[in-house]
This record gives sequence, C-alpha cells and structure tokens, in this order.
Amino acid sequence: MNQLLPLIVAAPLLGAALLVATGRRLRRIVAEAVGCAVAAATAGLAVYLLVSSSSRPLVEWVGGWTPRDGHSVGIVLVGDQVALGLASVISLLVVAVLAYSWRYFDEPPQQQTGTFPALVLLFQAGMCGFVLTGDLFNAFVFFELMSVVAYALTGYRVEEAKAVQGALTFGVVNSLGAYVTLTGLVLLYARTGELGMREIGRALDARGGPDALVLVAFAFVLTGLLVKAAAVPFHFWLPDAHAVAPTPVCMLLSGVMVELGVYGAGRVYWTVFAGPGGVAPSDAERALVTLGTASALVGAVMCWQQRHIKRLLAYSTVAHTGLFLVGLGLLAPDSTTGIALYVLAHAGVKAALFACAGILLDRYGSVDAHELHGRARRLPLVAGLFTAGGLALAGLPPFGTALGKALTEEAAGTPLTVLFVGVSALTGGAVLRVAAGVFGGWGPRPSGDDTYETGGERENPETSGTRGRVPDTMVAVPAVLLACALAVGVVPAVATHVGHAVDEALPGTASVVPEWTTTGVLLGLLSALLAAAVGTYAALHPPGATARDRTAPLRRLHSGHIGDYVAWLLVGMALLDALTFPGYLAS
Amino acid sequence: MSVFPYLVAAWIFLVGCYGLATSRNLLHAVGCLAVCQSSTYVLLLAVGFRDGGTAPVFSDLTPGSRPVVDPVVQALALTDVVVGATLTALLLALVIQVSKRHGTVDPDELSELRG
Repeated sequence: MNQLLPLIVAAPLLGAALLVATGRRLRRIVAEAVGCAVAAATAGLAVYLLVSSSSRPLVEWVGGWTPRDGHSVGIVLVGDQVALGLASVISLLVVAVLAYSWRYFDEPPQQQTGTFPALVLLFQAGMCGFVLTGDLFNAFVFFELMSVVAYALTGYRVEEAKAVQGALTFGVVNSLGAYVTLTGLVLLYARTGELGMREIGRALDARGGPDALVLVAFAFVLTGLLVKAAAVPFHFWLPDAHAVAPTPVCMLLSGVMVELGVYGAGRVYWTVFAGPGGVAPSDAERALVTLGTASALVGAVMCWQQRHIKRLLAYSTVAHTGLFLVGLGLLAPDSTTGIALYVLAHAGVKAALFACAGILLDRYGSVDAHELHGRARRLPLVAGLFTAGGLALAGLPPFGTALGKALTEEAAGTPLTVLFVGVSALTGGAVLRVAAGVFGGWGPRPSGDDTYETGGERENPETSGTRGRVPDTMVAVPAVLLACALAVGVVPAVATHVGHAVDEALPGTASVVPEWTTTGVLLGLLSALLAAAVGTYAALHPPGATARDRTAPLRRLHSGHIGDYVAWLLVGMALLDALTFPGYLAS
Repeated sequence: MSVFPYLVAAWIFLVGCYGLATSRNLLHAVGCLAVCQSSTYVLLLAVGFRDGGTAPVFSDLTPGSRPVVDPVVQALALTDVVVGATLTALLLALVIQVSKRHGTVDPDELSELRG
C-alpha cells in the first residue's frame, strides 16, 4: 500500500507530460478526456488509500532511501488521514473543474490543444505533493511547483491586460514569500542537520528549550505559508489574482490552494515546533490568532465593499482563511476538527459560487454587480444555486460550513464567536446582496460613480457568442459541489471520519466526535438570518457615498502596486517576529 | 566558520527587497526577485561549508579519508536554481505581456486593479 502513495503525485505529472507531448496533435475532446481520466484516476487512488488505510499513517521513503541511525537524506511521503483526505478533496475538485471547463472555454487555437488540462494536472500534482510530503525542503519544492503553475494559469488569457498584471503580482509576492520560507528551513537544517519534518522536530526537542534562531526560523517558515494562506498583511496579491484568473482556475485557487497555506502552517507547527524544543503554544497561538482575526476583519469589510463579483468572492476567501487561521491557532483538537470540516465544506461552496459567477461572465460579459443589476432574471436555476451558496457561506445549517463553524465557535469562547458570526454574516450578506440585485433586480439600480475601485464591466467573456442556453455541465458542477457541502453537514459519517483523522494526526489528544448541538444550530441560524437581513437591506438601500468614504483608507491600501505589496510582506514578517518573541524574552 | 557569509546573505536579501519595493520597472523588479533568491544560495552554501573540506565527489576520494563539505545543501542549492530559473522565465514572459497589453512596464502606471 505504501508504494501506491507516490503514484498520487506521479500520475498527474505523467498525464501532464503526455498531454504536453501529444496534446497539439489530438482533437480537443480527446485531450480533455485524457485530462479528466487521469485526474479521476488519481482521485480514485487517493480515496481508495484514504478509505482502506488503517489508523497508522502510510510512510514511504521514495527510492528506498530509508533513515540510517536516525539520520535521513531521503525524501519521505507521509499519508496520514488528513493528508490523504486533502489529496482526495484536491483531486475531486480538479475533476469538477475539468468537467466545468469542458464547455467553458472557446475552442483552443490549433497548436494549443491540451495546454489547459496539462496545466491543471500539473497543479494537481503540486498540491497533492505538498499535502503528502513529510520533508520540509520537498514541501518548498512542491509549494513552488503549485505556485508556478498557478501563476501560469492565472495569466492563462495572455491577451488580457488585467490577467497578466494580476498574475505578475501573484508571482512576485508568492515567490518572495517562498524564498523567506526557504531561508527559514535552511536555518532549521543548520541547527539540526535534518530535513524531514518529524526528524527536525525530534532533533530540536533533543537540544532542549528553544532559542532565538528557532523562533526566527519559525517566523520565516510561516511567512511563505501565510502568504499562500493570504493572511493580513500578506493578502494583497489574492484579490488581484483571483479576480482576473479564468473562472475554472478561480475555483481551484479559492477552493483549495489558499487553504493549503493554512494546512501547511498547521502541519509545520504540529510536526516540527510543537515539542519542548520548538515554539511555546502561547506564542504560536498569539501569532496565528492575531493575524487570523485581522484577516477575517479586513477580508469581510473589503468583501462588503466590492462590486466586482469575482473580487467579492476573493475577499470572502481572505475573510474565511482568517477564520481558519483563528481556529487553527487555538491549537485545540476540537477547533482543529471544526476547521477541517469548515475547509472541506468551504471548498465546495466557494467553488460553486465561482462557477455561478463564471456563468454570468459567460452570458453577459460582465461580473460587475452594478451593471448586471436585474439582468439575470432569466437564470432561475443559477439564481437558486448562488443564493444557496451565499447562505452556506453565512453558515446556514445543515451545510457543512455551519457544522465546522459551530464546532470551532464552541472551542473558541465568546469574543471569537462574535467574530465568527459577524464575519460569516457580512461575507454571506455581500453574496446575498449581489444575488438579490443581479438575479432579482431588487432595489434601485446602483450608481457606479466611485472612482477608486475595480469595476467588472466590459470584461471579455471566456466563451464566444451566446449559446441557446447555459450548458448542462456548467450548472451541474456547482449543484454537485453544493450538494457535497451539504453532505458534509448532513451525513454523520463524514464528520466522524474527519474527527478521527484530526485526532490521529495530532499528538496526544482526546477523541471528539463532531456533531450538531443546539447552540451550534442557533448560532448558524443567527448568522444566516443576519446575512439575509443585511443583504436584503443593502440591496434595497444602496449605500451612499459617505458610507464608502469611511472605508476609503483601507481601500486605498489595496493599490495594485507590486512595490507596496512587497513592503507589506516585510512589515508582516516583522510583525510575525514581534508576535512570536515575547514568550521567549519573558522566559 | 565566521558569521560573515550569513551577514552577506541577509544583506543580499534586504537589497533585493529594497529594489522590489522601490522598483519603477517590472523587468528590474523581476531581477530584484532573483537577487533575493541569490541570498538563499549564499545561505545554503554557508551552512554546508566545513573548514578544510573538499568537494564531495567520491569518485576520486576514499570516503572518510578527508573532510568534505555537506553535499545535501549543494543538492538543495541546485534544486533552488532550477526553481528560480523556471520562475524567472515565467515572470519575464508575463512582463513581456504586460508591456504589450498595457504599453508600459512602470508599476506606477498599472492602476487597473485596486480597491
């Protein structure tokens, strides 16, 4: 069984190589079918390993380079339940995305058939490798592989001015973050002489208490991962990139890639730094909860202010990864289980919402809520899906998002519960406001007089001409994704399985079976009601200029200028260090 | 081993970041990113250095006969170079497209995405 583990990474790589080699000679339908088949086979393999593996994680030293006398130079893949679960989610979402883009893009130019599925398969390989690797340097390499493919996919429509600009910002900021991570892991290697995460952790613990170098390495390693997770103030690249990427790519970027940053931070903390030789829990908690809270607030406020629908969804991702970071930062098994469920359901909901936005772009050549006002009345099915997605985002039971949110809130205490409810209500409300305006034509047509923002009008649709009706695949994919998000909350087996997986991955924790509680249901209903209320109110009473002015300073920070974003990244590094060090100075 | 190479690495990183933050030309910015990355090469090689060590090529060297520098960091540096080459090529291609579509490579004039 262990030997099957590398196949999860190798199969999509081989598929991509095949498509690159032969794609331009194949007809489009053949190339895309090959892409789908490879992605589906990988998904099947990941699910098979997830279901059939026993409680012990699968460990495979690639190429047989097993450790000798406790020292290793080989590369290790670790397939515990959480990693395999994430690999399954990634692969299934890739299949959904390939199915969605089946009818989405125009016929590619003669020489480029197979390029898109090949890139998506490479992306899948990078993400699966990142979740499965147990080696810190290898994690950096897979991180860069998935990032580079993500830049290429973001700038896939090279003819569009915004797309290439967003991709460039994405590339520069994320790569700088990755180099900071590399610096951190080299410092760890210098201290311990090991690259495997568990081996580093063991070697650090053997040395005794942490010193300044370990804390600096912690902050450095976390920087790149938090850039990927779009934590404030590392988040600036995300709305620019997600707003301009082709819609199927957005589904992957927002659905799973950003969450992998959170996963990476969690995995690095628990495996490397959780021991006595690492970082004290109070220091890690302070850093993660502070940055998470800031991201949740900034993301929610900016999300509320957007009229560009894809940008709105991108900021809602910032807000939600902030919530994930808070839940992770509590370093408690209950909240981590809650976050795992939340991430799982969020992937389905966010991908479904992007898919609906893609249908709007396809139909009307615009993703601007002001311009689309009342124009999409003829798409009742899409309207239903979009509204359901908004409510799920706000945490309406019995969606899995609500279950995950409720579990995390119970572990987090009152002040953070207020944050969770408020942020869910605001991001969900923003989506519902758009749904009411665009699909229902509620309220007066908003005036588009604001100068300092990105509008979404006059976008080039990613398809040519208007077809008779929306292709079935493009409606079926978001419907299935929402159904999956619903299943996470409704089917108790999913929650139980996730609970066990998290318990097993975290050292020395008591087993908690996640289930609905009355308080959780009530809090979920409360945030959904709040979302519906603010969404309806805002649709009927569009905000005046004064309300916008109050957030103008925050909006002006998002200047779209690479230099500014790099400066913010350095500020964030300093902040992370400042948040990690007090415990060390006090000891 | 002196602390000097580590200071050099930190200096190179900061210089690269300064260039990135103040750059008025995207080609220059991509170059600065490559400068930032060079700091990781310096750091890697400094970490693996051993006084009096020779290259870890065992075809003409009996293992254990004399000290060698750490081969692992050299492998890491090589991987790092490959990653950097891929990335720089892709970013430069994107800059070419930015120049074609926007007619400028000055980040101050790219104001389509904001707010």
